[in-house]
Amino acid sequence: MTIEIYIPRDSSALSMGAEKVALAIGNEAKRRGLDVHIIRNGSRGLYWLETMVEVSTASGRVAYGPVKVGDVPSLFDADFVHGKAHALNLGLTEELPWLKKQQRLTFARVGITDPISLADYIAHEGYQGLKSALSLSASEIVKIVTDSGLRGRGGAAFPTGIKWNTVLGCQSEQKYIVCNADEGDSGTYSDRMIMEGDPFVLIEGMTIAAISVGATQGYIYLRSEYPHALVTLNAAIEAANQAGYLGADILGSGRAFHLEVRRAAGAYVCGEETSLLESLEGKRGQVRFKPPLPAIEGLFGKPTVVNNVISLATVPIILHKGAQYYADFGMGRSRGTLPIQLAGNIKQGGLVELAFGATLRELLYDFGGGSATGRPIRAVQVGGPLGAFLPDSQFDTPLDYEAFSQLWAVLGHGGIVAFDDSVDMAVMARYAFEFCAIESCGKCTPCRIGSTRGAEVMDQIIAGKDTVKNIKLVRDLSDTMLNGSLCALGGMTPYPVLSAMNHFPEDFETKKASAAA
Amino acid sequence: MQDLQIKIDALIAKHQHLPGALLPLLHAIQDEVGYVPEASYKPIAKGLNLSVAEVHGVVTFYHHFRTHKPGRHTLQICRAESCQAMGSVALEAHAKQCLNIDYHQTTKDDAITLEPVYCLGNCALSPAVMMDNEIYGRVSAADLDALVAEATA
Repeated sequence: MTIEIYIPRDSSALSMGAEKVALAIGNEAKRRGLDVHIIRNGSRGLYWLETMVEVSTASGRVAYGPVKVGDVPSLFDADFVHGKAHALNLGLTEELPWLKKQQRLTFARVGITDPISLADYIAHEGYQGLKSALSLSASEIVKIVTDSGLRGRGGAAFPTGIKWNTVLGCQSEQKYIVCNADEGDSGTYSDRMIMEGDPFVLIEGMTIAAISVGATQGYIYLRSEYPHALVTLNAAIEAANQAGYLGADILGSGRAFHLEVRRAAGAYVCGEETSLLESLEGKRGQVRFKPPLPAIEGLFGKPTVVNNVISLATVPIILHKGAQYYADFGMGRSRGTLPIQLAGNIKQGGLVELAFGATLRELLYDFGGGSATGRPIRAVQVGGPLGAFLPDSQFDTPLDYEAFSQLWAVLGHGGIVAFDDSVDMAVMARYAFEFCAIESCGKCTPCRIGSTRGAEVMDQIIAGKDTVKNIKLVRDLSDTMLNGSLCALGGMTPYPVLSAMNHFPEDFETKKASAAA
Repeated sequence: MQDLQIKIDALIAKHQHLPGALLPLLHAIQDEVGYVPEASYKPIAKGLNLSVAEVHGVVTFYHHFRTHKPGRHTLQICRAESCQAMGSVALEAHAKQCLNIDYHQTTKDDAITLEPVYCLGNCALSPAVMMDNEIYGRVSAADLDALVAEATA
């Protein structure tokens, strides 16, 4: 009987040598005359255990990790192909506490299926959402998405159903669905995991959006830093076209939806939706004034849904299992689940999908196992480079959009970057300005000039020069950027800067003493 | 030079019908030629009904596009927060010192161009680097040396 072995094709697994491990396992099996079938799955998201290899057994999939090429002969010697004992044996994958404690809805299939096998996708409840959508009217689909409470997972948390409803209500001969896959926030990789690990769920979500609002063309705006995601997406789109899940006549419904991946070109600001649209139109990625909203005048001036990968990839399960099923997860006005990404100085980094409401402390310690360096975690930055830094005293905050906003912080795209006690928060504040200066589109003055001046003043503070005066200057400048910038890049750069100053003043004020000493 | 012109003209012909054709076209040119030569601006502008200034503006807006021939390999080091939390500042200093170049420069033997990158999406395994299209995680100074040695061998 053929033995099924799963070895991830996910970028992070590849970064730990998954390609070489797959090659070595294939060669060793051949040498030993074993009949094995290697499936290149997505990652289960336990990244510290990559390369994690799984074998199918009668009692379920058994995991081994982290596997290096040098471990391969001994794995075969131990008969790992039948799930036998070995120092790297982790037991049944489904029983791993890290996975068992999660509530995987959007990520239900990631790491389980072969990402580019349409048959595998369908065998694991794929395309049930689209089937359901095809039996409903446009406004019924929008109502289900609205009732589920799904909010934009890109970071802005705007209700997805309301956005769709605006596009649905526009009269136009052409409408577009645009997927924002320009996942540029440091500490985030959930979009990438979906696109590499379960691309069909994104395609299905976009197709549902299209038939709901009456769009016939879709674009996935994918960052150029994700070459592997490009390959899986294109393979999946090709397969969906072949099988009639995309194209001129979706499943014989008479509805058309064409989908194309467009590569971004390394501009962080293009994650902002209007700048993204400019870029798709072939222009410099400069932010547009709002109004008009993209939902009314978006791509090429036509009504356009712009949604994040995770938002769109969550739509199929909502259509399949119902609005209430999804809305039953979560707390307050944050309904459903959030795919959280543990990153930075963390022992067990990876993807944790949970209902809203878990605390930072649970994530950092119960899931993350503390810092990678073994030193105390001093600060975390949540929500990417424009997110606030939080100190230990705020680690009991539940992950909830409103709870974070009360702390003058953001959940953003769900990335959590941990720093140990060796971090210098003044240096991080300076970096926030520097990053803004590098990535500013240049359209508005507070961002274009403010970012550069901010970095310069931070240099003065770090050098211990006129600290009191310069701290006040940074606060004034931050106020201008906050209130005067055109988009979130300039408007939110003060979040990391001011939160660092507010929670870790000693890193700013003591510069004078240490520099003078 | 003439070869280059033929290549670029063919790519323009292949892409000019696309809505928002400029970025896909620039990607295609850079994929094939290794960079976007300034000599291509005029034919691109003509083919896409744009001004040369617009083409120049777009090429220079995006970090990904370059206007000069890179080395045989491109090494990107992630500078973003997650990697900083795991020692990327020391790693980039090490790389610059070993290669004896700064960011956006190419080694004398034309082997490696060094570029900063702001997130490779490998944040659970920081610090991360990318050599050409291959990504590496939990990269130590010794790992980086080995990568460089392999690329220049």
